[in-house]
Amino acid sequence: MKMATSSERSPPPFPDSEDQEPDPEELRDQDSDDGEDIFLDPDNLLETKMASPSASDVPTKTREPPSDLFSESLIETASTAKHQRDHTEEAARDISVGSTNDVIDVSSVIAKSLKVDMEAVSDNAEAKSDIISKPLIDTDNEPGTDLLKKTHNTSSVPVMDIFSEPPSESISAPVMDVFGEPQSKTSNSPVMDVFMEPGDTLSKPNSSNLEPSSSSLVDVLSETSNINIKEPPKPDVIIDPLADLISSAPVHEIKAPVVAVTKVPTKDLFDDEPSNLFTEPRSSKSAKHLQSSFLDEPDEDLFSEPLGDTLKKPQNEAFKEELPPVAKPRNVRGPLNDNHSVDRTDIFTVEAVTTAPIAVNTVTVNAKANGVQSDEEEPDIFAEATVELSLDSPRNDRKRKEAAKPPASDPPPAVAVSTSKPQPPTLEELEEEEEEESGDRFELNISITNPEKVGDGMNAYMAYKVSTQTTLPMFRCKTFTVRRRFSDFLGLYEKLLDKHAQNGYIVPPPPEKSIMGMTKVKVGKEDNSSAEFVEKRRASLERYLQRVVCHPSLLQDPDVREFLERDEIPRAHSTQALSGAGFLKMINRATDAVSKMTIKMNESDVWFEDKLLEVEAEEQQLRKLHMMVESLVGHRKELSVNTAGFAKSVAMLGSSEDNTALSRALSQLAEVEDKMEQLHQEQAASDSFCFAELLADYIRLLGSVRASFDQRMKTWQRWQDAQNMLQKKREVEAKLLWANKPDKLQQAKDDITEWEAKVTEYERDFDKVSTTVRKEVLRFEKEKARDFKKQIIKYLESLLQSQQQLIKYWEAFLPEAKAIA
Amino acid sequence: MKLCFGSSRKIIWSGRRDISFTRGKQPPMAVQSKSEQEEDREGLLSVSSHTIHVTEAVRDGDGLTFIVISQKLSGSGEYHVARTHEDFEWLHQCLFNQEGPGILGVIFPPLPAKPSLNTSTKDLKQLGFLVMGKDWHTYCLALETYLQQVAAHTRLSKNKCLEQFLTSSEAPGCQRVKKSLFNRLSQAMDGLRKEGHKDVDGFFQSERDTNFTHIGYSKIATERFMDVVLTEQKMSVACGHLSTCLHLCIEQKDDTASLAFTKICVKLSEVIDLMKKNFESVAEKDLSSLGFGLDLQTRYQEAEKEMLYRRTCKLVEMEAASRNAERAKPVKKAAMDALKVKSEKEFAAISAVAKQEIAWFHAVRVKLLRQALILWCEKQLEVARDASTRYSQHLEAFKTLGGLTLQDSHVASEN
Repeated sequence: MKMATSSERSPPPFPDSEDQEPDPEELRDQDSDDGEDIFLDPDNLLETKMASPSASDVPTKTREPPSDLFSESLIETASTAKHQRDHTEEAARDISVGSTNDVIDVSSVIAKSLKVDMEAVSDNAEAKSDIISKPLIDTDNEPGTDLLKKTHNTSSVPVMDIFSEPPSESISAPVMDVFGEPQSKTSNSPVMDVFMEPGDTLSKPNSSNLEPSSSSLVDVLSETSNINIKEPPKPDVIIDPLADLISSAPVHEIKAPVVAVTKVPTKDLFDDEPSNLFTEPRSSKSAKHLQSSFLDEPDEDLFSEPLGDTLKKPQNEAFKEELPPVAKPRNVRGPLNDNHSVDRTDIFTVEAVTTAPIAVNTVTVNAKANGVQSDEEEPDIFAEATVELSLDSPRNDRKRKEAAKPPASDPPPAVAVSTSKPQPPTLEELEEEEEEESGDRFELNISITNPEKVGDGMNAYMAYKVSTQTTLPMFRCKTFTVRRRFSDFLGLYEKLLDKHAQNGYIVPPPPEKSIMGMTKVKVGKEDNSSAEFVEKRRASLERYLQRVVCHPSLLQDPDVREFLERDEIPRAHSTQALSGAGFLKMINRATDAVSKMTIKMNESDVWFEDKLLEVEAEEQQLRKLHMMVESLVGHRKELSVNTAGFAKSVAMLGSSEDNTALSRALSQLAEVEDKMEQLHQEQAASDSFCFAELLADYIRLLGSVRASFDQRMKTWQRWQDAQNMLQKKREVEAKLLWANKPDKLQQAKDDITEWEAKVTEYERDFDKVSTTVRKEVLRFEKEKARDFKKQIIKYLESLLQSQQQLIKYWEAFLPEAKAIA
Repeated sequence: MKLCFGSSRKIIWSGRRDISFTRGKQPPMAVQSKSEQEEDREGLLSVSSHTIHVTEAVRDGDGLTFIVISQKLSGSGEYHVARTHEDFEWLHQCLFNQEGPGILGVIFPPLPAKPSLNTSTKDLKQLGFLVMGKDWHTYCLALETYLQQVAAHTRLSKNKCLEQFLTSSEAPGCQRVKKSLFNRLSQAMDGLRKEGHKDVDGFFQSERDTNFTHIGYSKIATERFMDVVLTEQKMSVACGHLSTCLHLCIEQKDDTASLAFTKICVKLSEVIDLMKKNFESVAEKDLSSLGFGLDLQTRYQEAEKEMLYRRTCKLVEMEAASRNAERAKPVKKAAMDALKVKSEKEFAAISAVAKQEIAWFHAVRVKLLRQALILWCEKQLEVARDASTRYSQHLEAFKTLGGLTLQDSHVASEN
């Protein structure tokens, strides 16, 4: 092992590489550890590394004089490296001057036992510590060993991740990053393996370590690996620009990470790291929640913050461990942003502060690199990188490469590619999440009862009693009741719509306002139809609220809570005249729809395209079904009326009959027919309640689904517009550059930065909305199937019951008929 | 259907038999001739009345041809004849024109009106249940009942026309029939004003009154019941549409949620189809049992009304004759008296026969209704039970279906 690696590594950039290498390793370790629990950290670290290398690469690769960059960065790195070395060495020795062998053993052990054993994890952790310590030591002595160790570390880390967390992708992500970067030598294959199986990852890393170039699975990876191998000895050998980049890059890369890591955190990292690392893995295994505390404590700087952020974020967005991909991207973004561009004030202010030094370093390096090419380019690269990273870790590699290769030329395609990939896994996870949520559902029961007319005349309204029963801790009491009127429900919907629709959520729609029905009620005619209307509305309001509450995100909304809990809520004025305003709104929606028609979206994701078609077709179907069921209900009602008529005529026939037995039988029959009429009426009601209402609900819901698709399209459009704008700005800049007008150049560059930021943001928005819509649609479909099943079972039960009642009636009548003499 | 109705047929027939027996014991002169006729009848009609069947209606150009099958009384062998509705009308007319005392007092079994092939609403109103059945089934049944009633009738069965109708392979001539039918019709029109004539006999007067109310009520009841059946048929059609529409909801997709939904749709479609079939059979049983019974009863009541009306006409004629005889000049006195005596005799004969017929009719009507009610009830019970078991099966299937989908999704998420 050592031999091979050493031979590979040995070449020129010893000083730099050595210094750098240990750091990257450490970083990795950190990353990996973090990654296990929270994927942010690894990503961040990686990204920072990535970014910095890429930046460095860019300059090297790109046109202008990289000399400045290199020189500076080198100097910096060198100085820092020395410091680092000292620290690292110390730390390493402190931790355990131990055993490369151990590392290997550990990895092998892991490979053998794929289980998520705690011990193994701890072993790994220890091994890592060993590794880390050693690499540091080794780095001083031999780079080759470092490599080996690194590989082991990396390999072990992924394994750890895999074991610790089910979502393999998350784990893979960090690994990918690690590999993608200069350290790619360590194990390109592990990444691949991770996706496939943890076991393989273990086994492969070793092989890859031994033979980095040969094992390279992905082109990218292979390239990197080649680079790694080739770099030191012969940079010229590699034909690709990448190679050049890499050749020059390694140094830079190494430096950059080192700089980043070393400068600020070095002390922390080295001092804390060992402990952190060790503690973290364990904690993560034992309990993910505990991690945060662990992490916070030991990792003062780097670790604590990212972790905290990650922890916070997931919670906020209700993505727990279930949604690693979703959670990741955000987490990743945060750190990245902080690191790369300090300007972006994200949620991760804390992080930013801590990482600030790193960021500064990287930035400086980048800035230099960019400066060579074009001052503004840097941010682009980073932005792109961040964007890409945000979606998934596997992309990081590509992005990094892409960013490195064509510094700022074509980021969008890369993004597109990257975006498409990560989604499948997310879906599954989403489903898992849904499962979990569905389990929680029963903790909240909402019923609407006692519809009551309040007031007189046309100012009268119906008030409903909304009773909630819950065990959820977010509510103050276990049971509570409030009175709400219909417009309150509409108001709630409006609020929810304003807040959540833009994120791509499917907000369940309430029943429509019915002037006819309500007027009847208001007029105070206590006839059948108005009672039916009130009951129908009550039921649909109940279903509406239940749907809202079933939605994990909507349930968290303070307005929902307020609606359920607070005695008095401000009157919803906007909905009061919804009939009028609703008309305007409809017009707005119509124009919206038209504009949507005109927006030609070249859909990057087939899923959405198919789904949208499906949803539209389904809506048609449901409408048709609804019509059918309505006609069925109509017929049923007619049947009941006719049965009543028949009963009456039979009664008359019986009364006119001379034969007493026959007369009696006929009057009995009249009674039976009366009962049957009742039965038909009930059945009609059940038809209408179980079926027609359900269908009506879902027709409305499908409207909301479509709205969420529209929302996604809008976001996409915004992104595209921003991109076009950016393109224009770039052209302007290019022209200015050509014309050599430095005074205006700055302005143009500022514009580009601004638009680049916007593009990034919008793209992120779009990705977010896409993910949400996807998740929501899946959830909706599940809900739909469940709902239909429930209702149909109910319906069948009612059908069966009425049939059995019918049997009873006939059975009772049969002897009467036979008794006719 | 046929099997079920066999029993009712028998009852009706045997009822008539019983009554004819009691008639036989009655001494009046009409009876004497009747006993002779009965013997004659045995010789005349070579088929047993309860074996007469109208098996099917064959569409033949613009009209329908009915296949009438009857078994020879002698034992082996069957008569198969094809008859159009015109032939039936001819037979009916022959029965009307039959010679014999008191023939006008007979309640002629009602012949269902001529059906038209394109069932219009007017037709539906006129014929009611008879055209609602599939393939003219109910109509055939009505014709069959008509023939059986005629064949079982002591007076009518001896008519040669009936024998000819049942056995001759050639269709009887129609020309003559139509003409006489028109005569009859004009006669009936002529007598319309005599409807409200006050009866001399309290029994007949009250019978006319009850008949009047009965006709009204049973007509209403029949119509109402027809509405019910029609709605049931509509329901069945609506269910059919719904079922097919549900089938269209099926989407070929791989993800579990929509797969589950598709399954639900398919299942539901089956259930709705079941509902459709249920309504279909309910409607069919309705019209074949109680519907038919009510219809027959109504038509019989119409027949009774006609008979009563004929008798009233005769009464008016008789009264006129007696008035004429009183007022007649001595020269014509004898002739007038003879006429009066003759009409009085006729009237007495008619009244006597009518009384028997009415008594028979009352008994048979109750039996018929009872039979129809029992049959109806039993059939409905059967259908309801069947549907109930099927529904419960489907319900169970649905519940397990849910379990499956849950499992599926679990498996999917695990994968």
